[in-house]
Amino acid sequence: MESVRYEAPRELSAAIELLDSVEGARVLAGGTDLLIQLRAALIQPSLLVDLKWIPELTAVSLDEEGLSLGAAVSCAELREHKQIERLFPGLYESAELIGSEQIQGRASVGGNLCNASPAADTVPALLATGARCVVAGPGGTRTLPCERFATGPGETILGRGELLVSIQIPKPAPGTADCYLRLIPRTEMDIAVVGAAVSVTLDASGSCTDARVAQGAVGPTASLVPDAAAALVGGVPDVGRLEAAARAAAGASRPIDDKRGTVRYRRKVTGVLTRRAAEIAIERARQRTR
Amino acid sequence: MAKGQKKFRSVGTRPIRHDGIDKVTGRANYGADFALPGMLWGGVLRSPHAHARVLGIDASKALEIEGVKAVITSADLPVIEAGDGPTNFWDLSRNILARDKVLYHGHAVAAVAATTAVIAARALERVEVEYEVLPQVQDVMEAMSPDAPLLHEDMFTKGLDPKPEHPSNVARRMEIARGDLENGFAQANVVVEREFTTRSVHQGYIEPHAVVARTGEDGQVVVWCSSQGHFMVRQYCATVLGLDTSQIKVIPAEIGGGFGGKTTVYLEPLAILLSQRSGRPVKIVMSREEEFRATGPAPGSRIRAKLGARNDGTLTACEAQLYFEAGAFPGSPVMAACMTMLAPYTVENLSLVGYDVCVNKPKTAAYRAPGAPIGSFAIETLIDELAEMLGIDPVDLRLHNAAHEGSQAPYGPKFRRIGYRETLETARAHPQYRTPLERNQGRGVASGFWFNAGMQSSAAVNVNEDGTVQVVSPNPDIGGSRVSLALMAAEELGIDVERVRPVVADTETIGYSDLTGGSRVTFATGMAVVEAARKVIEQLRERAAKIWGIDVSQVEWNEGYALPGQGNGEHDPLSLAEIATSASRTGGTICGNVSLNARGAAPGFATHICDVEVDPETGRVEILRYAAVQDVGKAIHPSYVEGQMQGGVAQGIGWALNEELVYDEDGVLENPGFLDYRIPVASDLPMIDTILVEVANPTHPYGVRGVGEVPIVPPLAAVANAIYAATGVRMRDLPISPPRLVDALDGKHSG
Repeated sequence: MESVRYEAPRELSAAIELLDSVEGARVLAGGTDLLIQLRAALIQPSLLVDLKWIPELTAVSLDEEGLSLGAAVSCAELREHKQIERLFPGLYESAELIGSEQIQGRASVGGNLCNASPAADTVPALLATGARCVVAGPGGTRTLPCERFATGPGETILGRGELLVSIQIPKPAPGTADCYLRLIPRTEMDIAVVGAAVSVTLDASGSCTDARVAQGAVGPTASLVPDAAAALVGGVPDVGRLEAAARAAAGASRPIDDKRGTVRYRRKVTGVLTRRAAEIAIERARQRTR
Repeated sequence: MAKGQKKFRSVGTRPIRHDGIDKVTGRANYGADFALPGMLWGGVLRSPHAHARVLGIDASKALEIEGVKAVITSADLPVIEAGDGPTNFWDLSRNILARDKVLYHGHAVAAVAATTAVIAARALERVEVEYEVLPQVQDVMEAMSPDAPLLHEDMFTKGLDPKPEHPSNVARRMEIARGDLENGFAQANVVVEREFTTRSVHQGYIEPHAVVARTGEDGQVVVWCSSQGHFMVRQYCATVLGLDTSQIKVIPAEIGGGFGGKTTVYLEPLAILLSQRSGRPVKIVMSREEEFRATGPAPGSRIRAKLGARNDGTLTACEAQLYFEAGAFPGSPVMAACMTMLAPYTVENLSLVGYDVCVNKPKTAAYRAPGAPIGSFAIETLIDELAEMLGIDPVDLRLHNAAHEGSQAPYGPKFRRIGYRETLETARAHPQYRTPLERNQGRGVASGFWFNAGMQSSAAVNVNEDGTVQVVSPNPDIGGSRVSLALMAAEELGIDVERVRPVVADTETIGYSDLTGGSRVTFATGMAVVEAARKVIEQLRERAAKIWGIDVSQVEWNEGYALPGQGNGEHDPLSLAEIATSASRTGGTICGNVSLNARGAAPGFATHICDVEVDPETGRVEILRYAAVQDVGKAIHPSYVEGQMQGGVAQGIGWALNEELVYDEDGVLENPGFLDYRIPVASDLPMIDTILVEVANPTHPYGVRGVGEVPIVPPLAAVANAIYAATGVRMRDLPISPPRLVDALDGKHSG
């Protein structure tokens, strides 16, 4: 490995300045993707900008508006917030799936989003919650829906000098719950072959008033499936609605054949996991409407 | 304890291994841990093509880089003959550095040594190789077709009569036959005939190959490396480099897993040659990617097998053709597969034909009971099918046909005392066999066999001046052999095992020994240790006789003490420590050295029960329960016998469910890492129950049989049979990965 300059700015503006001015600069949060790419000589950055000393990127706040999650907050720290588990069990379980205890101490949800792997576990879960990204750069700050952040495998909307500051998740309506499921051949230390996240809102009668369905590892980016969500909304979710949502999700998937699975398999399992995630999210929501 | 068995004080106990604390605290030195002052870093340039002619190599630009001290290619290796022994050195030399042709993606072409690893990596990029890319072949059946690209244009299939006129990728045809096949199948009431395929799998040891080599001004070479046999490393390096054996000393490091994959050399000759050229010590460590691309997989295979039985369950005939991928050079374990697949059964009429076929993949290396899991997968699946067709319990069907003392093994000899029936009876009585199953759950049974080896071993037992004892072993300890050898020495001498310190000696301090493989060390080196300890006891008795002034024949050795026989006067017993302390005054150091060629290795049999639950929508298979029953002869250290059994089962389950090397259409490996080469992780497996059946091997002082290889043989079929029981779908192609199982389940429902 060639030598690399390292900076750990204390202020957001300083980080932006470094990223904007130095050719070949890369950000370092947990480093769980970056270090692997470095060791495999896939990248040769001239500068690493460590973001973990910048207050905006390490803050977690939960209020009437919802959750604000700094982009460099580790999965382990996220897991310390029991309130997050209560409000967003799907997001929580997606973060809990990533790596071992040690990896979770480093890996961040923000980094998972920025790495833009189609198979990232937390991204479908974020999409299902309606999360938005706060991006800062030389031109100022902008906010956009998480589903628009990644544009392809390893590619995001971030321009030169820009970085992800935080993720904003609106406070869920009463009777809302979510779930994330993934398929891996093993039980651990693996990468999603299919990921599915579902968030539902039930009213007092048990009727579904709102839903968001997302999928991962079955297209160039994680994506929302509005048709699957629509299938769930408008009545008490029964077998017919669940099957319709599963069919819509499978139909919307755009998987590839590779060493981890076939198109046929991934499409089928997308439907299966969407249905199962919906069943769990509905059950969780029911518990909340009681 | 079985009736009539001797009561032991050390053998059969479970002390903490002597090397355990260093290993769990990280203090133990493995292959990559060693370093020397002034050391250079080596790297290997590997072929980007699966098959190509090497037209030229120009290293001049690499040598121009500051810090690059040496570059070597096959032109720096002597051209050597194949030799008469079991190892073909012509092939070995060409696997270490390609000569004329590269035969697989990742085949080593050149090696460099430089002052830093970064400079070495940069130098590799500057070595220019001109290739003429050739058509390549990956699949064993395609490689056999007459118009397949030839890996070795001068290779003619051996074992054919008349000798073939055209060269072929088929290195050899082998056959085991007895009885009358036609008559055998005519006697059968039911016959099943099926095809099976398995994919290349890797041994998956965690520690990569690593070496440091130093050459002195006098030409003497010292090598530090992790291997399954440092005498093997010495012999192979001396032969490939044209050196005298006495010019090379190999010092063994701890070994972080081998499973057969470290029974050959890849890096050591390169490091020696680079150290000779540079005059500096050279270190080379393989990356995980290099391990997967260029080191020994176990073969992919195709098998067609046919098995017949009478209505009462008697197996009447078996016919099979086995096609194994040898990789780039001949030498797949297809013959071992033929010899082992029917060994548990007394089938009178059989014809088993094996083909050893070269393909453009790395040369296969040994992997735990080489060949046996693949052949058994086919036979044990067919037996499960027959059992169902005949309405006979699968364990009972096996019992009905079980090999026993006096029955003739398919590969020739008559079995002496073996414990196969005992494993079946124990399995049938195991509570798991009667545990109720729920929806989507199923139970599978399979058996397995492995020969186990004897071969050459040396050992020394040295008594220290305070009465502690060194046991000197020539074998790298990969499964707890150090403590097992110490236990046997302690048993013989009658002292506590804590007073015995086992060490693994280098090639200059103990006599030649064959490598750690074939489940042979506790058996064969154990025999040498027992004999050496007995020599020590002779000397201890002589010293006591001298002290007491009586004839040695009148001195008994009992539980660590010399005792005078009746009528030899009043003498207090002398302990081993007391005799050792005065040894300098009674004749000098007390030690025993033994070298032997161990005969009488006894085969091992196992029967496994596997319970699975299948998720029919996703094809995921969960192993619910697993019981492994094995005839282990005598467990010297039961914990490490159990550990061997659990490890073999874990690897077998991985082979059955998820492990496969995936090559693309250009012959490039797509999953050269543990993320996508899926060995089971701890949470994938239940606690694997182990049941030790002890049917003593009559030729070993303590009844030892090899134990390390048998346990990987049954799991492939045990898992597949359990999946069938859970789903009604027969999976005859491994691995039974979720996409494949879903396809098969969907096929069943639509068909």
